Amino acid sequence: MNARRAGLVAALLLAALPGAAQERGFAGLGGDNAGYALPDRARGLTFPRDHGAHEDFRIEWWYLTANLRGEDGRDYGVQWTLFRSALAPEGPLQGWAAPQAWMAHAAATSPDGHHFAERFGRGGIGQAGVTAAPFAAWIDDWQMAAPEGAAGIDRLRVTARGGDFGYDLSATAHGPLVAHGQNGFSVKSASGQASHYYSQPFYDIEGTLALPGGEVKVAGQAWLDREWSSQPLDRSQRGWDWIALHLDDGRKLMAAQVRGDAPFLFGSLIAPDGTVQPLRQGDLMLDAGRGSPPTRWRVRVPGAGIDVTIDAVNPDSGMATSVPYWEGPVTVEGSSRGRGYLEMTGYPAR
Amino acid sequence: MTTGRLARWRLVLGALVSHWMRRPLQLAMLLAGLMLATALWSGVQAVNAEARASYATAADRLGTGALPRLEPAGGQALTTADFVALRRAGWQVSPVVEGRLRNGTARVSLLGIEPVTRLGLTPAANDGGDASAGPGPQADLGAFITPPGQGYATAATARALDGADLRGLAIVIDADAPPNTLIVDVGIAQGLLGMGENLTALVAATAQPPGAPPLDRIAPHLTLSDPQAGSAADPAALTDSFHLNLTAFALLSFIVGLFITQSAVGLAFEQRGGVLRTLRALGVPRAEVLALMAAELAVAALVAGAAGIVLGWAMAAALMPGVAATLSGLYGADVAGSLQLRPGWVLSGLGMALAGTALAGARGLIQTARMPLLAAGMAAPWAQATARGLRLQVIAAGVLVLALPLCLAVGGLVGGFAALACGLLAAALVLPAVLDAVLRLAATRARGVLTGWFVADTRQQLGGLSLALMALMLALAANIGVGTMVGSFRSTFTGWLDQRLSAELYVTARTEDEGRAIRDWLATRADAILPIWNAEASLAGQPGRIYGVADDPTYRDNWPLLAAAPGLWDSLAEGRAVLVNEQLSRRAGLDIGDRIDLPGGALPIAGVYSDYGNPSPQVMMGLDDFGHRFPDAPRLYQAVRVAPDRAGALAAGLADRFDLPASAIVDQSQAKRVSLQIFERTFAVTAALNVLTLAVAGIALLTGLLTLASIRLPQLAPVWAAGIPRRRLARLDLLRTLLLAVATGAFAVPVGLGLAWMLLAVVNVEAFGWRLPMDVSVPLLARLGAASVLTALAAGALPALRLARITPGQLLRVFADER
Repeated sequence: MNARRAGLVAALLLAALPGAAQERGFAGLGGDNAGYALPDRARGLTFPRDHGAHEDFRIEWWYLTANLRGEDGRDYGVQWTLFRSALAPEGPLQGWAAPQAWMAHAAATSPDGHHFAERFGRGGIGQAGVTAAPFAAWIDDWQMAAPEGAAGIDRLRVTARGGDFGYDLSATAHGPLVAHGQNGFSVKSASGQASHYYSQPFYDIEGTLALPGGEVKVAGQAWLDREWSSQPLDRSQRGWDWIALHLDDGRKLMAAQVRGDAPFLFGSLIAPDGTVQPLRQGDLMLDAGRGSPPTRWRVRVPGAGIDVTIDAVNPDSGMATSVPYWEGPVTVEGSSRGRGYLEMTGYPAR
Repeated sequence: MTTGRLARWRLVLGALVSHWMRRPLQLAMLLAGLMLATALWSGVQAVNAEARASYATAADRLGTGALPRLEPAGGQALTTADFVALRRAGWQVSPVVEGRLRNGTARVSLLGIEPVTRLGLTPAANDGGDASAGPGPQADLGAFITPPGQGYATAATARALDGADLRGLAIVIDADAPPNTLIVDVGIAQGLLGMGENLTALVAATAQPPGAPPLDRIAPHLTLSDPQAGSAADPAALTDSFHLNLTAFALLSFIVGLFITQSAVGLAFEQRGGVLRTLRALGVPRAEVLALMAAELAVAALVAGAAGIVLGWAMAAALMPGVAATLSGLYGADVAGSLQLRPGWVLSGLGMALAGTALAGARGLIQTARMPLLAAGMAAPWAQATARGLRLQVIAAGVLVLALPLCLAVGGLVGGFAALACGLLAAALVLPAVLDAVLRLAATRARGVLTGWFVADTRQQLGGLSLALMALMLALAANIGVGTMVGSFRSTFTGWLDQRLSAELYVTARTEDEGRAIRDWLATRADAILPIWNAEASLAGQPGRIYGVADDPTYRDNWPLLAAAPGLWDSLAEGRAVLVNEQLSRRAGLDIGDRIDLPGGALPIAGVYSDYGNPSPQVMMGLDDFGHRFPDAPRLYQAVRVAPDRAGALAAGLADRFDLPASAIVDQSQAKRVSLQIFERTFAVTAALNVLTLAVAGIALLTGLLTLASIRLPQLAPVWAAGIPRRRLARLDLLRTLLLAVATGAFAVPVGLGLAWMLLAVVNVEAFGWRLPMDVSVPLLARLGAASVLTALAAGALPALRLARITPGQLLRVFADER
């Protein structure tokens, strides 16, 4: 009886948790930020410090997506995400009293399968966390870390395991880190909500996927997103669509919109040498296809001659996690060819 | 043409319906029978469906109850670092801290949990839809874990902690918190109890992700305990059994209801013979008459079925709180005490009503179809059982009895139920023939004219009453069967509780030293200390557990044995034999006298005991023998015998002296009180169903008697004319009804016991793999006997009263009519 009641108290608390269960937004991200640090236009980015956790900000994530081709010739996608949520603006960094909760999602997607798992953890005791140098991000037995002797995040080993899948991948970057917006200060709404946001979009990645049908050797490209803030969304904003594309000509494109009363668009066009051209409202056009969430989009950057259609490798890539969303690999056709990842949040559950 | 046909249909329907207008009571009986049958069926279905849905939800949300626990082996510590190491290795575990808080004389259990990982252990964590449902705005994880933290407790617990030094902890009142327990974050609990980095235990997800390294490689000092192996059992098997029994009962009740319908429909078809012949003679096609009669029946079925569903609903709503309490007690899950309308349930009710009517009306329709157009209308051959009819019924019964072993051979639940149906129908069919034989015997012994007439007249009426008597017999048999089954269920379950909880207190020590200290401390304070030591072992090729138990009346008097060799307890104490649980006995095909391989040498089996809810094999042996075979088994667990009124004080003293957590001491009187309450409620549900089925049978009897009363006046008039007063005739009539009911009741006893045997030994075994020992209750039989007499009295009173008040003119008219 006690055990069951304890479970209920846990459910009650976790359901009300502003971060861990609702990190990716949509509900919690427009919330109260009293006492937390706020993104600052003048702050800039400092490495390796900023690879690590920023406990004084309310929310933060380490988000790796990979487009892979198997030795069987099929397209695969992999996601590894760690979310941090502060439960209080300040507090000890060590021990049970540390006010940090962690949540992680891992997924492996093929044209006919989508496998995912979720983990929860407490900060302060070593179960989950991120260190900047040497870089390591982990929760339970999942991790994304620089191998011994590697500096920064240029090389990573990424592992995760769920009930019916697992993967073990190694990534090597062939380009510089990319700061979005203004020196990594990325505005998310017309009323000025913003986050600190940088990426490493130049990874080559290879390794092994373990799927219900057996192990597959894979290789491809990966994109790491790093973002932290205390209130990236305006209260009226309900969700977002985020697209990261690896174009065959070597360019990378990040295009996103936050949906609210009027959509707020932003993006970055990244040259093969890492030069960034920030894209604002007017530089960028996103048109959703049919369906909810729509798994086909038309993406246009007229100034750069980009007019492409992206299509989900597996339209059935919903993440039925504690906060549900859609995340999966896409193929690119049109003015350029390529592949990438699509993430859609805040759509009514299907 | 079409309008002509429509007009004809209207005329035919009018002619058919006029019958019911003239005999509203018959219509009422038809509808009442169908309605009650549907009500009983659908009411029980509703209760079942609701209870199942409720605890499925509860199980989904919270996991199915006790989670496996990882605990440090004797004397070793479990720390936060162990928890992190297990998590980093992929184990899905969550930490727990247990202890006691003192505040003056008050003692409150402190339970430290870790909500973030705790919820990840159950599937509910992946249920996105529910994550935002339900929490109060006051639930705040940050406030819960950040010192001074928050604690969840009931108002009574909060009062008990009033003024205690809790380092500024804020108490959140939660009416659903466990009694006398304060729930806090694991870190807060460590601080309040001064435990440093130590934890009491880790709870683990039932299914660990594949690929996690084995426990002995990461944390060899921890042992994984099976939540089923302790005093808590998995009651799911018992609740399933309860549901199955209710369903069987509902089916029987439905059959009883159908007998009424059958008799009403049969009578109506007979009595309308004249009308039908006239209609046919006027040129209405046979198919049309049949179709219209079938339509009429279908309408009746739908109307009565709908009413029955409403009634069943009301019945279920009335019974639900009792059932909810029963199941929540058995299962520990909250079953909502209210009903929801489920479409499947309504459809199944209507379907049963239609199918039942079709079954009951089939004979009438076939007879109508075969009816010779020009034959003279007979008065009421329906009511006259012919010798040929009786023979046919006996033959049919014989066929059914022959089919019975066939059904059993088919096996499975369906076979079991089919055998049940065969047996019951055979018994019902044979009843009139048995009663007829008894009466024939009585006729040869009858002295005096009036007695002779009485017996002969009774025999003649048997035909008209046989359907009603069959219904009564089935109702009684069902009640005996189900009553015996519930009683057996109760005695078995309480016996099984006794097995686990026959002593007053059960104490688990944390270390062997503490165990010794506890035994020393208890030596002067308790009447007896019974060590219960156990070890894991491979039993007949499967992992199981061996228990060493002391030789004590606690076991000799209480142990629920299914089979026992003579002198079993002596041979157990002397180490010459062992007991095995039913699961092991069945799985390995071991019986008394067989030898079983055990570590340290094989021993013969002296007994088999019931061990519900435990999936694993188990062996019990004498304590001394156990000590020799397993010198290293931890000596932590003991039962304590003490005068029941001193048990509470002793438990408190023990907890105080050794600072034991609440879970270390089990007080059996409380556990037993709760489980007995459960069965009182189960009995209340059964009793309500008893009354309803008997009411149905009573109505059937009343219908039969009223029908007979109207047609047997020609037989009574001469007796009256011969000088027997009407009152005496009425008394004789009532006496006849009573005698028939008593004879039927006597016949129902073996049938009911046979039914109980089938339910316990066949259906239950097919469904759950274990057999309930049968426990025949004489008070139950006496009660049901009285009930059958009362039913007969109630049913016979009105016809007897009518007969007593009949006018001489009506009786005289019989003679006038004859001319």
